[in-house]
Amino acid sequence: MNILVFVESAEGKIKKTSLEAVAYANGMGGNVTALALGTVEAGELASLGKYGAKKVLHAGDAKLNDGVIQAYTNTIVQAMEAENADVLVLANSSLGTPVAARVSTKLGASIATNVTELPETSAGFVVKKSIYTGKAFSKVELKNAKKVIAIKKNAAEIKEVGSDVAPTTFAPQLTDADFAAKIVSTEKATGEILLPEANIVVSGGRGMKGPEHWGPIEELAKLLGAATGCSKPVSDIGWRPHHEHVGQTGVKVSPQLYIAVGISGAIQHLAGVNSSKCIVVINKDSEAPFFKAADYGIVGDAFDVLPKLIEAVKAGK
Amino acid sequence: MKILVCISHVPDTTSKINFTDNNTKFDGNGVQFIIGPYDDYALARAIEIKEANAGTTVTVLNVGPADTEPTIRKALAIGADDAVRVNAEPTDSFFVAKQIAEHAKSIGYDLILMGRESIDFNGGVVHGIVGELLGMPSLSPVMKLELDGTKAKLAREIEGGKELLEVNLPFVAGCQEPIAEWKIPNMRGIMSARTKPLQVVEPVVVDSGVSLQKFELPPAKGAVKMVSADNVAELVTLLKNEAKVL
Ligand SMILES: Cc1cc2nc3c(=O)[nH]c(=O)nc-3n(C[C@H](O)[C@H](O)[C@H](O)COP(=O)(O)OP(=O)(O)OC[C@H]3O[C@@H](n4cnc5c(N)ncnc54)[C@H](O)[C@@H]3O)c2cc1C
Repeated sequence: MNILVFVESAEGKIKKTSLEAVAYANGMGGNVTALALGTVEAGELASLGKYGAKKVLHAGDAKLNDGVIQAYTNTIVQAMEAENADVLVLANSSLGTPVAARVSTKLGASIATNVTELPETSAGFVVKKSIYTGKAFSKVELKNAKKVIAIKKNAAEIKEVGSDVAPTTFAPQLTDADFAAKIVSTEKATGEILLPEANIVVSGGRGMKGPEHWGPIEELAKLLGAATGCSKPVSDIGWRPHHEHVGQTGVKVSPQLYIAVGISGAIQHLAGVNSSKCIVVINKDSEAPFFKAADYGIVGDAFDVLPKLIEAVKAGK
Repeated sequence: MKILVCISHVPDTTSKINFTDNNTKFDGNGVQFIIGPYDDYALARAIEIKEANAGTTVTVLNVGPADTEPTIRKALAIGADDAVRVNAEPTDSFFVAKQIAEHAKSIGYDLILMGRESIDFNGGVVHGIVGELLGMPSLSPVMKLELDGTKAKLAREIEGGKELLEVNLPFVAGCQEPIAEWKIPNMRGIMSARTKPLQVVEPVVVDSGVSLQKFELPPAKGAVKMVSADNVAELVTLLKNEAKVL
């Protein structure tokens, strides 16, 4: 089986979720080729070999620095054809998922997104997907010869299994039509740990009382190497940027550790965090529904508990 | 201008999810169904565009059996002009997208809006498949959409920020907040929705590439361990040694 993995990068570095996609493809036991687009550091490209890619393709045209959905689609389709690939693996993301949709249509492939585990291949080709916003799973058979699999975070463990591979240049044939949707500019937080990628998330709710009180949340996040998140009302009122909004209608996270401070734990918020490995809840109301979904809880005032927690983390370092 | 808004009919966000028939069917017992929250944002934005541009019509489309009609009527009450129901179970993304594309081809819409994903299967791919089938750009997740003649200015959310785009009509967009605020139907809307046209069409045959084998529920969560606010250091120790996440 020939597998192509579409890897995404940010600021020249391969995204961790994409390394998971390489690890996933490697776990499937096929012949893995990784494809990166736009400007990526040479060392980063080569290192894909370590995580399981036998071959690394690089379409380095600067026009591909922005994630233009149609241009990415056609680049991937051409790479699939060139490599005779049966399966495309990628990480679910704001770029990966829309691109996967178009690629699958072009190839006549079966598609599954939000995939959480390696396929079972004893009878057919069956993948497990997260559905109902984390409240359930479904097992679906992918019946077509070609398949597109978009994985959810933590579907595979990143492991070093090989050594560096020298990248091969890949030059797709693209037309103006592929750039019809023109990206004018990008506004992006730099240097921050991104919410969908983070292993630890520190999240604040309306209980934080105002944007001026986010200092301790940010300090704790920094200490832990965590991303910051928030509940929907917090981003609705504009206390925090929209891309930090976690939940049913926001970002779905699956970190190792989710720390929720002053968030009541409404079912729509829980829908975005229920695949976290460990959940810590800090809330002054012992009846807050979030405690029922938590692994560890502290009943207390955030403004009292957070400074103590920051000190304890510092002391434990 | 003609706008198509595709809506899903999904369990209310507070629903408990259960399955029947040996875990092969969703248990709709006691479940309240709603317009998908992301689709609801798309609909709200479409209505705003209609209100600001005389001569614009908004059609809603749902792929679903007859029991989705109250959900469709709600979209009409919110302000859509007419509706189409493709009479079939929405079994998978490709199936649904193909039905949408077939209908859209016969009309020729300037703008096709829907949610970034449905909240039942969370596929997040219908907009892209429709775009590819119709040979139009598809953009998702779109958090801002402004029209300027035959051009649109959009913002697409990306990890850690957003991307600002320009694209010519027609195109397909998967929408999310804060593109518009959800609209609540008023009495006049509810009354007029009863008589607005709702056309039922039969589906086109699609060779689906996926088939459901079964559903599963996640394992039940263990009990929460409480730590005293006077002993916060204990939490750090537990996270390190017991949960092993620090
Ligand atoms: C269709 C739909 C989709 C939705 N999608 C989302 C979503 O994606 N994400 C989301 O988050 N919400 C979503 N919501 C909203 C959700 O229902 C809740 O309203 C929201 O999550 C509540 O946010 P909160 O917990 O910050 O605020 P509140 O519910 O107001 O809770 C604040 C909490 O802070 C605690 N508190 C107050 N002061 C302190 C203090 N000093 N120290 C410690 N604790 C304190 C209180 O005890 C309370 O539990 C959605 C709702 C709907 C209808």
